[in-house]
Amino acid sequence: MQNISVPSDYFPIVLQILAALGFVAMTMVMTHLIGPKRRTADKLENFECGIEQQGDARSPISVKYFLVAILFVLFDVEVIFMYPWAVNFREFGFQGFIEMFVFIGLLLAGLFYVVKKGALDWE
Amino acid sequence: MVFYLVSIFIVAFIALYALMAVWAERKVSAYMQNRLGPMETGKFGLFQTFADIIKLIQKEDIVPTAADKALFFIAPVLVFLSVFMGFAALPVTYGYISSDISLGVFYLLAVVSIEVVGILMAGWSSNNKYALLGSVRSVAQIISYEIPAVIAVLSVVMLCGSLNLQDITMQQGIYAADPIYFLGIWKVNAVGGFPAWHIFQAPHLLIAFFIYFTASLAECNRAPFDIPEAESEIVAGFHIEYSGFKFAALFLAEYAMMFLVSMIAVVLFLGGWNTPLPNIGSLALADWTSGVAWGVFWIIGKSMVMVLIQMWVRWTFPRFRMDQLMSFCWKVLIPVSFGCMLISAIWKLAVI
Repeated sequence: MQNISVPSDYFPIVLQILAALGFVAMTMVMTHLIGPKRRTADKLENFECGIEQQGDARSPISVKYFLVAILFVLFDVEVIFMYPWAVNFREFGFQGFIEMFVFIGLLLAGLFYVVKKGALDWE
Repeated sequence: MVFYLVSIFIVAFIALYALMAVWAERKVSAYMQNRLGPMETGKFGLFQTFADIIKLIQKEDIVPTAADKALFFIAPVLVFLSVFMGFAALPVTYGYISSDISLGVFYLLAVVSIEVVGILMAGWSSNNKYALLGSVRSVAQIISYEIPAVIAVLSVVMLCGSLNLQDITMQQGIYAADPIYFLGIWKVNAVGGFPAWHIFQAPHLLIAFFIYFTASLAECNRAPFDIPEAESEIVAGFHIEYSGFKFAALFLAEYAMMFLVSMIAVVLFLGGWNTPLPNIGSLALADWTSGVAWGVFWIIGKSMVMVLIQMWVRWTFPRFRMDQLMSFCWKVLIPVSFGCMLISAIWKLAVI
């Protein structure tokens, strides 16, 4: 099944983007222009359950989140590389299978290390 | 010209569907809790969400003083756009797909992830503590659950040997060119129907389907994975500062996203536009219920059923805690999905 798509096959996607973008951006600008405008300083304050705003919201975030982000980048990039292999799996045969699963084994060893290290303990 | 009309038609259909889905969700939750739900606007409250959207369009567009104005505007547009871009690459019926690209699966996985950027933008630009917390949680959850979803999809791609969504659909029914087997033993090319679907072609794909479904619930921020929007602790998560039509756009995008992930699940695992009815001897149900119009009916019907299951799950299960949800993904779903992939490889080498 080797049908190669040409750039013109992506044309409907561009049209769909334009249609969705046109709809949402136009409506947003229109409602902004025609909607009521009664602005007061208190109304434009951020919502904090009725009490006065305490400091800036952009405070430091726990490093655990960054760890998850880095793990995601690692795993997702590896998995993306597996897709071309999966499509041509039949041609690669048994040798391709062994090679890829040695690689996946190393990846899972890494995951095992991460779990044992406690990087995914959130308590 | 035809393409242009179809694009507008798809956008309009999905927007209309999203409005009805909000109504359906309220009705489903009402019946599950022994209430009536919306009843006043129209018969059975059918026009409730239309009334809601008209109200939201009339509302004042409030931008907090502390917010980052440009990002605050771009975020809902990006979320909305990322969801609607996905529909262009899905096969609609036999012989028709808007964008027949050979990288369909890849494209969809990429487009679905763009939503994360929009959510993070919304949370950051609001400059609200709840919004930022909600969006950070949401991003951590979505990117974690993307990995098992992508690997579960990979085990389907390995069996098909194609990334084209129309090819993948063709291999799950009476139009299949290659021989297909029910559980690897019974040749079902002539039978069609549900035995030819991917989840019945190989038993481990049923597990892959459940992994994908769980991950798709998390990607839509739906209960039991709705910790980013947990009303009782962080009010409404990343859309807390949004009002008027911007809020409506985020809300519509959420329901359209449910439909998109359901449609991807249907195409990859549940036969796409193929009929669920098999040929039984002279009773050629599969032949009678296949065709262009039937294809549209089946793919939309199956996707709607999947959306209904998502709603059912939402109103049945309690919310996970953040650490439970993350360790469930990393310690259970990812190893199991790699296991599915391994079985796929062995299946392809040994059985077929």
